[in-house]
Amino acid sequence: MDILVCIKRVPVTGAKVVLTADEQAIDASYLSFAPGPHEECAIEEAVQIVKKHGGSSTALTLGPDAAVEQLRYAASMGVDDLILLETDEEWPPMPTARAITAAIQAQEKKFDALLFGNESADAGGYQVGIRVAHALGMPVVTGIKKLEFEAGTAVAHRQTPAGWEIYEVPLPAVFTIKEGINVPRYPSIPGKLKAKKKVIQRIAPEEGDVGLEKVRLVVPEAEASDVTILGHGAAAAPQMVELLGELGLV
Amino acid sequence: MILTLIEHDQGVIDPQTFGMLTAVRGLAAEQGGALHAILIGADVAGLAAGLGDYGVTAVHLIEQESLDAYAPNAWAACVVEVMAAEKPTAVVGVGTERSNEVMAHVAARTDLPLAANCLAVQPEDDAWFVTRMRWGGTLHEEARLHGEPKLLTIAALGIEVETAPSGSAPEIIAVIPDLTDADLLVRVISRVEPERKGISLTDAPVVVSGGRGVGSAEGFAVLEQLAALLNGAVGCSRVVTNNGWRPHAEQIGQTGTRVAPELYIACGISGAIQHWVGCKGAKQILAINTDAEAPMVTKADYAVIGDLHEVIPALMAEIEKLKG
Repeated sequence: MDILVCIKRVPVTGAKVVLTADEQAIDASYLSFAPGPHEECAIEEAVQIVKKHGGSSTALTLGPDAAVEQLRYAASMGVDDLILLETDEEWPPMPTARAITAAIQAQEKKFDALLFGNESADAGGYQVGIRVAHALGMPVVTGIKKLEFEAGTAVAHRQTPAGWEIYEVPLPAVFTIKEGINVPRYPSIPGKLKAKKKVIQRIAPEEGDVGLEKVRLVVPEAEASDVTILGHGAAAAPQMVELLGELGLV
Repeated sequence: MILTLIEHDQGVIDPQTFGMLTAVRGLAAEQGGALHAILIGADVAGLAAGLGDYGVTAVHLIEQESLDAYAPNAWAACVVEVMAAEKPTAVVGVGTERSNEVMAHVAARTDLPLAANCLAVQPEDDAWFVTRMRWGGTLHEEARLHGEPKLLTIAALGIEVETAPSGSAPEIIAVIPDLTDADLLVRVISRVEPERKGISLTDAPVVVSGGRGVGSAEGFAVLEQLAALLNGAVGCSRVVTNNGWRPHAEQIGQTGTRVAPELYIACGISGAIQHWVGCKGAKQILAINTDAEAPMVTKADYAVIGDLHEVIPALMAEIEKLKG
């Protein structure tokens, strides 16, 4: 099976978000970057599918040249081929989906499954995977936490508050993955060395009509924080029990 | 007219849908008054009448045996059909997993932009000005939403539901959709009930949650004991699941579960945004941490500065003493 996994470079934020002066992005001067958590699991899933069923895995990202780092990370986890759709900045969902669709159509390889994260960690648009599926005429199942393949079909499990929903779809198909489907591996040293040497296929897409036009980002006002320190160490136990009592919990 | 998507599952309307209707009602009034809803399923007529209480003036009722099981693309086909016939100025869903999914299918089928999880919407002549959630709501994006009609979902979790002042029974408009096999290809073929092991994270009055500071899988034993003593559930941060100490089902955060207990006890959790998004809904937060400067401590309502491996056993001893 040939699997494509689409990922996004996002900053690893700590507890506080600081914006750039033009309010267009998070100031990442002191931050590191990673694929989003759902996407890291999608990479792991792609690698496991290929290990079990044979074939190849390809990672694709749309973003700046620096996003090569996330492609190499995917390679260090075991992904075979890498594609960069190079842009200056973050694109909204519609042009992102158009560029990914065009890149998939331009590949000689015909993928059996396309994996996306359920939603990007930063923008959270909840739509790129679905748009690509429609553009390519493929079925799409979202929010997947368990995925099995058998003879040209896939059984996908989606977790809801009311339990698990089971879907069965013919391939090729699109799946949007949720964290929890697996525990992503940490890249090995040989994996990292191999990833450094991978050739990256570079494509320069045209943005076109944006649809949803970002004006600026705003950090919402922090909720007033006036923490009450109950005490230090084990000596704070009586005060804690008092609190539990006030809340009616003991 | 504004057309809203009514989310329901197994005969019950998703409660956040009423928050969305509350938010959109004012918008509909500005746009000329009509607030329509679309109800899709095999046996959903009974859900229509009550929507009048929330200001819905007409319900497009789509009932068909083939829609018995949830099928996102078929739901979208129904929405697109009503859109084409009724020409709404906007189509609005609620910002849940399911409605975001259906609305993304609508957007893909019509090649229109979609703004997911909006907190505020300001109609303007051409593009609408929206404020939407990023990073689970810890960052806001102000944007112009183009296209006709406008497609968006409303982040409704924090909205206080209000009924309409003059709610009356909505007009029911039966619609027979033209669905293809392709529309119905992706559908729920079976369900598995959730495993019930003790009280669930989302129902528990107390969540005892552990982070990196717990130190190991074994370290969670005291958290489990404390949770049992308080009739609570155990949660954890993403570091913990990545280390394999606890299953992902217990992860609280942006990519895990979001909880809103009476009390959230955060043990050895630093409080990164990823985690904060999942626990900020708690009525009270008590942080136990060795670092008084940790964001989890400074953002909490109460804190104890100290090692959780000393603090929790002492707390349990004190509770036992109280219980005699």
